[in-house]
Amino acid sequence: MSSTFLGMPATPPRSPYGTGNLRGDRTFPEAAHDELRNEQLRRNLGRATHTIRAKRLNVTGELPDWEELRDAGSALKTDTMNRLPELLEQLERKVTERGGTVHWARDGVEANEIVTRLVKATGSSEVIKVKSMATQEIGLNEHLESVGITPCETDLAELIVQLAHDKPSHILVPAIHRNRDEIRQIFLKEIPGIDPGLDNVPAHLAAAARAYLRDKFMTTKVAISGANFGIAETGTLCVVESEGNGRMCLTLPDTLITVMGIEKVLPRYQDLEVFLQLLPRSSTGERMNPYTSMWTGVTPDDGPQDFHLVLLDNGRTAALADRIGREALNCIRCSACLNVCPVYERAGGHAYGSTYPGPIGAVLTPQLAGMHAAKDDPNSSLPYASSLCGACFDACPVKIDIPSLLVELRHQHTEESGTTVEKLAMKAAAGVMKRPKLYTAAQKGAAIGRVMAGRDGKISHLPPPFDGWSDSRDIAAPPKQTFRSWLASAEGAATMRAAANEHEKNQKNQKKEEEK
Amino acid sequence: MRIGLFATCLGDTLFPEAVKSTAVLLARLGHDVVFPPGQTCCGQMHVNTGYQREPVPLVRNFAEQFGDASIDAVVMPSGSCAGSVRHQHEIVAERYGDAALRAGVATVKAKTYELSEFLVDVLEVTQVGAYFPHRVTYHPTCHSLRMLRVGEKPLKLLRAVDSIDLVELPEADSCCGFGGTFAIKNAETSTAMLQDKMRNIATTGADVCTAGDSSCLMHIGGGLSRIAAGTRTLHLAQILSSTRTSPYVPTEAVR
Repeated sequence: MSSTFLGMPATPPRSPYGTGNLRGDRTFPEAAHDELRNEQLRRNLGRATHTIRAKRLNVTGELPDWEELRDAGSALKTDTMNRLPELLEQLERKVTERGGTVHWARDGVEANEIVTRLVKATGSSEVIKVKSMATQEIGLNEHLESVGITPCETDLAELIVQLAHDKPSHILVPAIHRNRDEIRQIFLKEIPGIDPGLDNVPAHLAAAARAYLRDKFMTTKVAISGANFGIAETGTLCVVESEGNGRMCLTLPDTLITVMGIEKVLPRYQDLEVFLQLLPRSSTGERMNPYTSMWTGVTPDDGPQDFHLVLLDNGRTAALADRIGREALNCIRCSACLNVCPVYERAGGHAYGSTYPGPIGAVLTPQLAGMHAAKDDPNSSLPYASSLCGACFDACPVKIDIPSLLVELRHQHTEESGTTVEKLAMKAAAGVMKRPKLYTAAQKGAAIGRVMAGRDGKISHLPPPFDGWSDSRDIAAPPKQTFRSWLASAEGAATMRAAANEHEKNQKNQKKEEEK
Repeated sequence: MRIGLFATCLGDTLFPEAVKSTAVLLARLGHDVVFPPGQTCCGQMHVNTGYQREPVPLVRNFAEQFGDASIDAVVMPSGSCAGSVRHQHEIVAERYGDAALRAGVATVKAKTYELSEFLVDVLEVTQVGAYFPHRVTYHPTCHSLRMLRVGEKPLKLLRAVDSIDLVELPEADSCCGFGGTFAIKNAETSTAMLQDKMRNIATTGADVCTAGDSSCLMHIGGGLSRIAAGTRTLHLAQILSSTRTSPYVPTEAVR
């Protein structure tokens, strides 16, 4: 019997295991264990997230059509994902027509190779960089360094992180975990020829970075950027930023290489109207960001004369294949969800082990890189790094239902995990609870828990895996009587009768009052 | 009105006083409170932990226990269990149930309410005749706030309580850190969240921290008990059912 190929596509590949920055080396609870002990980090994060929360609420609250804008953003992104292939081909056509060159990268490894090849072709051994999540995700800087090319981050916070040999801990504010004293120390140690009398005044710190970067802008021939949006209709790329360093990188060098995740495409130029309102208000809490740069291919004698667009998949098609999970691709990287997340606020961005931390990271990272790529994959702990409080959903400018996505990924995890102790316990619990008689018997069994309690009626020590609870919380001994046994008792019946009588009495009194 | 009371597994087993108060309160308001004895658990813990096959029988049982047309409304003293019935039962039924289950879930979902929204929206009462001469602060639980959108309803009920000294809780809308199995799986992060919640409660000087969910109160109360704080936790229903003739008397050990 011969087999016929029916054309069923295979599951699209995720970001390859062991590449890029989409997986930590330990689980979230393990990493959080250390981060929670860093008092400085807790203080820095608490202060920063509270400030930015208040700013965001001010500028989103003042718009009468904020909810409609969110709906529009959500609809536009959903439409984009539903016809991503055609939009990407349109984008490629338009960029090419306007003199740019488009490259397709299946994953981070391919993207890194393409960028390296392009940089080498220019003969430059240095590149300046615009802050970009996509190049963080694929570990481009590490790759470039390994082949003798020096990348220089030009966003102030990214520069701080790079100089400190650290990793970003926030999508928008990568050095949110650092305060000004720490930044001063980093600059004094790492910037060549810096004034040793530098103090910790923010304006002075910024001026020191500015002086250092100015030289880089004037001498470096190649820039690498990401993109906030890519317009299929026109082939226009868009970068939104605050400091102007991006504008420098996008206009001064001879060669510009842009690495863009394929989900960043938007159908029409007009769609920017929605997103340029949603993004700055949600991310920095500003009505408008200071610099919005847009460019279309190559413009003769104006700006970079050699433009390359690298379209990055790296697990995005795999995410797109998931009917529920694909909603995470709608993310516009504003980081509003990080700033309102109580878990992020305490544990910090590094605990997630990924370029994408916080609530959106907990759903995006496992989808891009998988959560069962190896035994005890740390990424499988990410969907559980949430109390499901829902603050992220309320803050999201494109209404991504992150709590529901977390619950969905948890389900995918349990489905994938085979038989575990937890699954057996869940089965057993459901087995008891679906049989009311057995359940009532188990409730009586629970009352045995009373022997664990001290004379004050409190239980202060529980066996594993519940010891994490009892390390900081008491629990009351189970009461002698459940609600149902009380209700069935003479006392219960009498109390309920009395309550009903009270109503009748009140009714009568009320009537009398009215008759008077 | 004929009200089906869902005690919730946690309320029935560990916090019966909150359920008793709910039953008494509804009866005092002149309603017929029925307790389908076959009820057990809504399956929220299963779904939130990632298990959707295992709770199918629980979802089915809930729909069977409360589906009867003679029950006008299903009321429970828990925002998260009401959220589970309204948002998660559908997911489970769609994925692993049959047509009968999907229909049953839709029927029961449409008449399920958390206590405060039932009182304010359905019964249209905010004055329930309660008397509670203590300083109280209210913690809006996440699922009641952001899943059910109960908003100001619990506060409207509390403001109408005779002799209450209601004080605002700073950063009230921050999660207390419970999150079901989150408190076990990420116990340390959960504790860090709890510490901030307790610090905010302490600044109110309240005798009582109240909420509409026994699970969050178990978490907050467990923490307050451990640090021997001067504030105890109490379910909203217990405040609303306290009257001049039968005022609230503490019974539980952990505050």
